[in-house]
Amino acid sequence: MLPIIFIIPIVQLLILSYAVTFEIKSIKLSITDNDNTVASRRLTGHFRSSPFYNIVGESSDQRDGAEMLHKGSAHQMIVLLPGFEKALVKGQPAHVQVVTDAINGSAAALMNAYTLQIIYDYNREILAEVSPLAGLPVKLTWSYWFNPQLDYKTYMVPGILVLLVTIIGMFLSGMNVVREKELGTIEQINVTPIRKHQFIAGKLIPFWIIALFELAIGLLVARLVFSIPILGNIFLIFLVASVYLLVVMGIGLFISTLTNTQQQSMFISWFVLVIFILMSGLFTPAESMPQWAQNLNMINPIAYFISIIRMIMLKGSGIQDIMIPLLILAGYGSAVLSLSVWRYRKTI
Amino acid sequence: MTDISVYGEGLVKNYGKTEALRGISFSVNKGEIFGFIGPDGAGKTTLFRILTTLLLPDAGDASVEGFHVVKDFRHLRTILGYMPGRFSLYQDLTVEENLKFFAGIFKADISKNYHLIKEIYDQIAPFAKRRAGKLSGGMKQKLALSCALIHKPEVLILDEPTTGVDAVSRREFWEMLIRLKSQGITILVSTPYMDEAILCDRVALMQHGSIMASGTPDEIMSSYPHRLFKISTDRTLELLSLIRKMNGIHSAEMFGSDIHLSVADAETGIEEVGEYLRNYGFTAEKPEEAKPGIEDCFIDFMKLNQTG
Repeated sequence: MLPIIFIIPIVQLLILSYAVTFEIKSIKLSITDNDNTVASRRLTGHFRSSPFYNIVGESSDQRDGAEMLHKGSAHQMIVLLPGFEKALVKGQPAHVQVVTDAINGSAAALMNAYTLQIIYDYNREILAEVSPLAGLPVKLTWSYWFNPQLDYKTYMVPGILVLLVTIIGMFLSGMNVVREKELGTIEQINVTPIRKHQFIAGKLIPFWIIALFELAIGLLVARLVFSIPILGNIFLIFLVASVYLLVVMGIGLFISTLTNTQQQSMFISWFVLVIFILMSGLFTPAESMPQWAQNLNMINPIAYFISIIRMIMLKGSGIQDIMIPLLILAGYGSAVLSLSVWRYRKTI
Repeated sequence: MTDISVYGEGLVKNYGKTEALRGISFSVNKGEIFGFIGPDGAGKTTLFRILTTLLLPDAGDASVEGFHVVKDFRHLRTILGYMPGRFSLYQDLTVEENLKFFAGIFKADISKNYHLIKEIYDQIAPFAKRRAGKLSGGMKQKLALSCALIHKPEVLILDEPTTGVDAVSRREFWEMLIRLKSQGITILVSTPYMDEAILCDRVALMQHGSIMASGTPDEIMSSYPHRLFKISTDRTLELLSLIRKMNGIHSAEMFGSDIHLSVADAETGIEEVGEYLRNYGFTAEKPEEAKPGIEDCFIDFMKLNQTG
């Protein structure tokens, strides 16, 4: 069991960090250029030279592009109608149609943003040629703080570390109590003078240590393999993790005191975990959720820990910056642990 | 009253609509082996779980060594030795580790109480480094008994300790119990095997959550109200259905290849039964007078319960 506990999470970290990314590196694009002029070819040339696009089809009939979208062999199509250049020269609006496969909504939004950016750049070029002195009324420059390259891994790996620690904390501790119920060993233990809190502590401490070890290994992989910056104090991460673990283990133990079989316990743990993970802000920003969901996140320990660990690792936050969520976690932890000690029954 | 070790009165336990115990009363004297004899589902395990503080009774009172099973549960757990029906030690700990673990929980000194388990533990000591899950059935049971004894309990409660154990190990096990009794430990044991009842000082016959009879095995056997005959035959089933049709027969039951039959009145004796059999062509079979065993009594009580 021990090798499994250590190997699986590392493999998971490696796979997820490389595979799960929001960047879309090759958008399959179908082009229908019915104008076929210098101006239109200049626009399509922008797409051709972009590393993000992969031109999968070119046709004078836009039905071919639509067909490819239906088949799934293209993600996006752009259509330029005859008269595109003429309109530009006359100073009239020229139309470009962009159609995107939105089966995956977040991918579609991203592809659309890339494409609009290219058309926007093209617009500016045209404008500069037509009236060189005009320029744009508002000029934008921007920079991304704490993750200048918007590197996806920098953002994702700390979150995945949190998940690993969570899964170990919640599942191993919880399953262990239910397993004793299934095997019947709990019947023997319950007739001994062992106290409830001693029993719960015995279930807690080993997995608490294992999970912290796991976090250490995870951080090492993050640093060595992914070169994720760890700006803040690494001991602070462990302090937060050890408090956080008490919360998830408490939840796991509480579930296990309510259930009688590993199957029941597994089902409820998964149910809780999936909701917590999806709402945690790991994959989608918590800020974009409706207000009631954000309120619900007040009881989501994963959301607290992900935001804290990102703050410490990427921003270098110190203890005073994370004091409030840390105190909330500590209060949360003692509440669920007391609850599970209270709920654990030495009678059947 | 001081010589009573375990005492129960009017114990009731229901699981939903199933009545597991329907008001059981009994008392066990100090230093005796008391057997609860009955088939599966008689309520033996439920009763033991109440006595070991694992279950709360719906009604009734019980105490062990003067300690109430509900109010004084914490103290009770220090003086009880319990061996559940299912092997309940940690399978992934070794024999030695299990023993040390349970000694540790009870804060017991292994070397001080070793004399209690010496004869039992010596037999499994060669496998001290083996995981408990890898032991054979008989050895698991010896380990479980060792672990239940290591804190020198005043009362030992064994739930079907010999179920699923081979005949030789069963006999050995009972020899161990009798030795433990001589150390002054009160022993409550449940078993579905009628032949083990003889080995107890006193027994209670249980069926459907009630005690049908209790007393020493001799008392119970001598209270058998009918004359009993035994017939040996190799055509058991045929003979059985034939005898059940005869007038004046109270009951006829199969015991291995023998048939035990009890007669309902004084007029029906060995001669009458023998003649009846000969009339139907069973010339080799001779009924003979037999002494009732616990099983005869059990079946008789069972029938009484069903009709009454």
